[in-house]
Amino acid sequence: MNPDPAPASPGRPPAPPRAAGALGRWAHRHARWLFPAPAVLIVAAIIVYPVVYTVWMSLQEWAASSLTAPRFVGAANYRRIVLADPRFRDAVLRTLYFTALALTGETVLGVAMALVFNREFWGRGVLRTLAILPMVATPTAIGLVFVMMYHPTLGVANYLLSLAGLPPFKWTYSSATALYAVALVDVWQWTPLIMLIVLAGLASLPREPYEAAHIDGASGLRAFRYITLPLLRPAIVVAVLFRAIDALKTFDIIFILTQGGPANATETINILLFNQAFSYFNMGYASSMAVALFALVMGASLVLIKVRRSAAW
Amino acid sequence: MVAGRVRRRLQGAVYYGLALAFMLPTVFVFYWMITLSLKPQVEATAYPPSFFRFSVTTAGYRTVFTKYPFLLYTWNSLVVAVGCTALGLAVGLPAAYSIARWRQRGLAVTILVARIIPGISYLIPWYIFFRQLRMVDTYGALILTHLIVGLPIIIWVMIGFFEDVPRDLEDAALIDGCSHLGIFWRVALPLVRPGVMATAILSFVFSWNNFLFSVILAGRETRTLPIAVFNMISYEEINWGTLAAAATMITLPVLLLALLVQRHIVTGLTFGAVKQ
Repeated sequence: MNPDPAPASPGRPPAPPRAAGALGRWAHRHARWLFPAPAVLIVAAIIVYPVVYTVWMSLQEWAASSLTAPRFVGAANYRRIVLADPRFRDAVLRTLYFTALALTGETVLGVAMALVFNREFWGRGVLRTLAILPMVATPTAIGLVFVMMYHPTLGVANYLLSLAGLPPFKWTYSSATALYAVALVDVWQWTPLIMLIVLAGLASLPREPYEAAHIDGASGLRAFRYITLPLLRPAIVVAVLFRAIDALKTFDIIFILTQGGPANATETINILLFNQAFSYFNMGYASSMAVALFALVMGASLVLIKVRRSAAW
Repeated sequence: MVAGRVRRRLQGAVYYGLALAFMLPTVFVFYWMITLSLKPQVEATAYPPSFFRFSVTTAGYRTVFTKYPFLLYTWNSLVVAVGCTALGLAVGLPAAYSIARWRQRGLAVTILVARIIPGISYLIPWYIFFRQLRMVDTYGALILTHLIVGLPIIIWVMIGFFEDVPRDLEDAALIDGCSHLGIFWRVALPLVRPGVMATAILSFVFSWNNFLFSVILAGRETRTLPIAVFNMISYEEINWGTLAAAATMITLPVLLLALLVQRHIVTGLTFGAVKQ
């Protein structure tokens, strides 16, 4: 019927592998389970088990001592973090505030940068390559450089402000400004991610609405407001949620710049629970905070997954 | 015509200027780090600071190696990052192939969740286990834990590469009696070699940069570079030239590596949500 030679079609069962013993044939048949098996085992050992252990530990009271065993206290740790620990409540609010600060800066700047970089101009490729560098630079090293730049009397940050005629700041050295100074480092580091995600979104925009708008005599600004922004929204939302998931977990730069200080002004959930676990060895109590942070991040992730499903781009 | 060209030129210049303005802070921080590392102490902490005219010295770099066991720290970072990447590739490549080939969505999502969970929620159990196993301050503990940053990146970026391998090619090999292992090893893997290179570098970079896991699980013998640099701040190292030299030496290799794989970085960071 069909003059062409039949392609490798689903109708024809694949021949068993030639040079293989019983073991080889068994491995061939179960390849789809054997291939991922080592990865699954590792994930189970270093991820699933620790998470389950953390949840179990959050119901105990234990000072990480080998002399005394963990004592089961039920939901007491959770009662404490929710009802009786103002420091934890402050840390939660601070984490959310830090995330909001960083994300606002990154989104506004990132979208603006993407619009600029969407045009053709000489040297665009080189500048875009430079934009990648903050995201891969070692956070510890970057934090260290900002420690020196933020120095209230010798730092270059205040010198640059004075050039612009502004009074000096205390940056990370004052509890009034420390959180903003740390958020600024996050903005410096991660604005390029938003830019690159939005840029990818811009590249996939259709041309027709713009041509129609041009014929109708719409100005560039109106075209941006009524065409670009709505079409770009899915890309922006995905970018923001991606950043939110990581910003909620920010640890390195805060720990290096301030370690939560001055006067707890930058103590996010991550920093507070790190100190509870590894300075005071309140393992059970710290575990309950870890579960709370986990819930917060998973909440943001579920929103992301939902949004990604609905936004096809 | 001419007016239009002038206008386009002018517009181009404006965009170029805006782009430069946006990138100025990025470039400046790196520029400041490198110039500080080359300044003698008097000039590093001079106020007002000098941006272009300063005397150049390698004293900062020499101090890093003479006052601190920086070679050991560099070696530790290398062992851990290479170990994590090698192990990650060994278990991640077959897993990525399997996910791409047999559409194992559930497995892919599980790996993604591993990346989403805050690292600190693993740290308490790890600390307890590794202490019981007397594995704190060993390469083994660091390599295993760094897999949490390396493995998801390897798997998720490689899924994309394996999906691009023509299915016909694999089916033809299957009909010729090639086993799945043979197809993976002799057909698919050679085709995705550029991807393997890129993910290896990405995994190396993120292991190299890791601070949180190493700060608890590394000890005197296995301390990696980020921890060493952090300790320099807490030991009141007051010479800014030395601090900047240390910062430069940690991050410069990573920046150079990143330039090699820049096309894949956003894919890696967004777990395939954005392909470039």
